[in-house]
Amino acid sequence: MSRVKLENLKKHYGNVKAVDGIDLQVENGSFVVLLGPSGCGKTTTLRCIAGLEIPTEGKIYFDERDVTGLSPSERNVGMVFQFYALYPHMSVLENITFPLRACRVPPRKIEEKVKEVVQIFQLKNLLKYKASILPPGDQQRVALARAVVREPNVLLLDEPLSALDEKFREEMRSELGKLQKRIGITTVYVTHDQREAMALGDVIVVMRDGLILQTGSPQELYEHPNSVFVGNFLGTPGMNFVECVYEENSLVLKGTDYRLKLHRPDLIDVLKDYQSREFIMGIRPEYVHIDGEAVNGGLLLEVIAIEPAGRYRLVDFLVGEKIFRVRTDWGLSLVAGQKVWARVREDKVCIFDRDNGMAIVS
Amino acid sequence: MNKDKVGKNTEAANQKEDLVEKFTRVSDKFTTAKKTYGLSDRTFMFFFLLPSLFILLFLVGYPFITLIKSGFYNFSVLRAATPPKFIGVENFSFILTDPFTWERFIFTGKFVILNVLVQFLLGIGIAYLLQKNFRGRSLVLTLILMPMMLCPIVVGLFWKYMFNTEWGIVNYILALFGMGKVEWLARENVSVYSVIIVDTWMWTPFMILLALAAFTAIPKYLYEAAEIDRASSWFKFRHITLPLSAPVLIIAVLFRMIDSIKAFDLIYTLTGGGPGSATQTLSFDLYKRAFQYFYTGEASAYGVILLLVIMSLSLIFIRYLNRLAAQNMRR
Repeated sequence: MSRVKLENLKKHYGNVKAVDGIDLQVENGSFVVLLGPSGCGKTTTLRCIAGLEIPTEGKIYFDERDVTGLSPSERNVGMVFQFYALYPHMSVLENITFPLRACRVPPRKIEEKVKEVVQIFQLKNLLKYKASILPPGDQQRVALARAVVREPNVLLLDEPLSALDEKFREEMRSELGKLQKRIGITTVYVTHDQREAMALGDVIVVMRDGLILQTGSPQELYEHPNSVFVGNFLGTPGMNFVECVYEENSLVLKGTDYRLKLHRPDLIDVLKDYQSREFIMGIRPEYVHIDGEAVNGGLLLEVIAIEPAGRYRLVDFLVGEKIFRVRTDWGLSLVAGQKVWARVREDKVCIFDRDNGMAIVS
Repeated sequence: MNKDKVGKNTEAANQKEDLVEKFTRVSDKFTTAKKTYGLSDRTFMFFFLLPSLFILLFLVGYPFITLIKSGFYNFSVLRAATPPKFIGVENFSFILTDPFTWERFIFTGKFVILNVLVQFLLGIGIAYLLQKNFRGRSLVLTLILMPMMLCPIVVGLFWKYMFNTEWGIVNYILALFGMGKVEWLARENVSVYSVIIVDTWMWTPFMILLALAAFTAIPKYLYEAAEIDRASSWFKFRHITLPLSAPVLIIAVLFRMIDSIKAFDLIYTLTGGGPGSATQTLSFDLYKRAFQYFYTGEASAYGVILLLVIMSLSLIFIRYLNRLAAQNMRR
């Protein structure tokens, strides 16, 4: 097990800057998720850590050891590929023992190790089957078993759940989380699915355009996004954003004459400098309260659509020209076209700069 | 109003009926048309296939049956006036008990095995090297494939001159390195290897081509996975490249094997089967019996035996291939 450190890592393909200078530290035994839309450089970063790509610039350390120029085999990493990359002509047993046989581990030791992982991943009944005929879920378990069987320094996972169907993915997700905690192996996990990231990561690293946007615990990122992008990317649905101006201790929502009276001193303090300049207010859908009757500080909004989501429902409103989504329970009966009063929880309001999308207060 | 509506409705209904009637009449016409010609699609197809069927029958079926038939007769095309005499399996038993034939069998076996083995090893070796991308790769590939595109007769003649003991370039080069003259084509135990060298020069490209195609079809991520799994180059080749390209390699070996058994043109121009009969393969022997001595009956029997040998060899390979395919499909 190792601590992984990236220093100013860059990977350019000609003019394309896949990874453009990132610094990252993955603590020993922690589960770090690289999250971002496709093309953000997360997989390239992972492949650099694995040694499958040689960085254009920057350094990679495992503990204190500089591994930047080393080949994958010299780094001792375990990896699960997006489509598993099992050896199709080999049985499950042969697949799992491949890394051991390749290193000439003595047969008795192999048997021991196999027994161990077979137990962890419940592969006993699958050992004799060809890897290529297994359903995706089983293939994934085999791929994981193959990755951890020789106790690598770091476990690298490249969207390992994306080939599974929805229901099964959730199951495997929680299994994977439990497993990592049990083995306690340093793990770097790449995904574009924010729910996976939230569920699994000790630390989430949000990437965009080859750069790290924000690093933090899932809770931190959810409650305190440092940019419009992170606020929007995390959460289903993402944060609501409304353009505002600041006037006399209130937020005035653009395109309406609604005023939101502010009490938070930190907000007022910062926004003083934003007099008559537009900025963006962000609020999570669950931090808006809906009332059937007029309430102090409420905004009168018209219900546009209602989308049931199990215990909750998502109610769409129109604020100015933008859709504003609110997550609410079923307490109040609502129909489209109805006018209700919405109240924003002031303590959960985030303020972003309109020009660069970065957080001013979050 | 109401009445009007009803009127309209009935009108519409009438129109519809009219249409239906018209349609029935038209479709009737079609059925009668069909009856007149009475040609179904199947028969039509059959008529189209008929010419090629006749060509096949005359060019393959008839000669083949004649071949088998004349294998049981004492007959020579030179003496067409003397009617063929039925002698049962005498031709076959004569060939199979003739020690000279067995010598040819053994030579051919040795030639085929050595020839295919050398080409196989060279082929996958060179293909392995050509997998990697380097500058001028496509040029090298084109040059390597050249010999295969030449006419075997030309290749045989060229090598015959190059192998000439007195003034051939091969011995000239050897002399530059201080080595003595080798009688490439005149010595019994050397000429076999000379033939193998030329055949290998000409046909290894075929092996390279197929092996290269098989190698490049193996997905790259498997090698990446193996790299992560700390496999050495040899381990990767042995456990990923070879097993995954096996089906194609088997077919390549089968092709080369059948071709080697049939080897004739190259040998004919290179050594003429000599010295003595040292480099006569089975098919060369067959050629002599059929077109030099004109033992037509005997040669026919010989041809049938050769065909059976090749067919059974192919069958073994195809069996193995099917087993491989089945193994990959399920278990």
